[in-house]
Amino acid sequence: MPGCAAAAPDSRVRARVLIRPKQGILDAQGQTVERALPALGFEGVSNVRIGRLIELEVEDPARIREMCERLLANPLIEDYEVSLEER
Amino acid sequence: MKFGVVRFPGSCDEHDALLACRRFADAELLWHGERDLKGVDAVVIPGGFSYGDYLRVGAIARFSPVMEAVGEWAAAGGPVLGICNGFQVLCEAGLLPGALLVNAELRFLCRQVDVEVVNAETPFTSTCDPGERLSVPVKHTTGRYFAPELELDELERSGQVVLRYLPGQNPNGSRRDIAGVTNRAGNVLGLMPHPEHAVDALTGSTDGARIFESLASLTPA
Repeated sequence: MPGCAAAAPDSRVRARVLIRPKQGILDAQGQTVERALPALGFEGVSNVRIGRLIELEVEDPARIREMCERLLANPLIEDYEVSLEER
Repeated sequence: MKFGVVRFPGSCDEHDALLACRRFADAELLWHGERDLKGVDAVVIPGGFSYGDYLRVGAIARFSPVMEAVGEWAAAGGPVLGICNGFQVLCEAGLLPGALLVNAELRFLCRQVDVEVVNAETPFTSTCDPGERLSVPVKHTTGRYFAPELELDELERSGQVVLRYLPGQNPNGSRRDIAGVTNRAGNVLGLMPHPEHAVDALTGSTDGARIFESLASLTPA
């Protein structure tokens, strides 16, 4: 089909971006979950951090870092990790 | 003198902002999909949930056509007032320093607070006295102002901290009780409290009107 040759689906890379609040920033959600766990009998849990996971398929994984800096994360308050999975 | 109030999909305070502006000057709505600022003399980014607050509050709105125009307007020295979600949008757009995080107690807050006018020499506070207290409501889930310590020092030194919650009234865990900050040039202000909801005695306070009155007293460029 015309126009489809450039982006064959199997040339894409599957990526995961894990975004977390930076160390030193109060993670109110993490703290709340940490306080809730002992109430259910789960003792000995600390440093609960809550972030978000973004899954995406990209043609050019070299651009993911820029995507993170400009949109997916706010680098002032969040850290991010990118992992790639070849298909 | 004419105000322009931006309307995004998901804005909800644009009408109150429009009515507050119209107490002192002309005002009209600016649609998010248009780059045209219609010759206004001051821009208000109102509260609400622009673009559903998807990803992060304010993160998507900053890419709208109107925000391109607002960025150019701000760079040229034009006054921009961002209220609540408008504050979040301006931080995401890089027009204001810092970021807003979920309230320390994770809850949505809706209450009247007292803020102190720390800097009365801005286009937004020129009709206030230094140290004057204003009673205005807050209503938000993501209002905890954050900036790195060194930047906070710099903001205080350069007079960019314009409004502060009174001691004991910081509702959301904002660093150094900051309720409102400007950019370095002083022509962009973001604040979490809602001055547009405090312009009529019917709702308990008219203190918020001072912000709009100050802007309206500017000589149009």
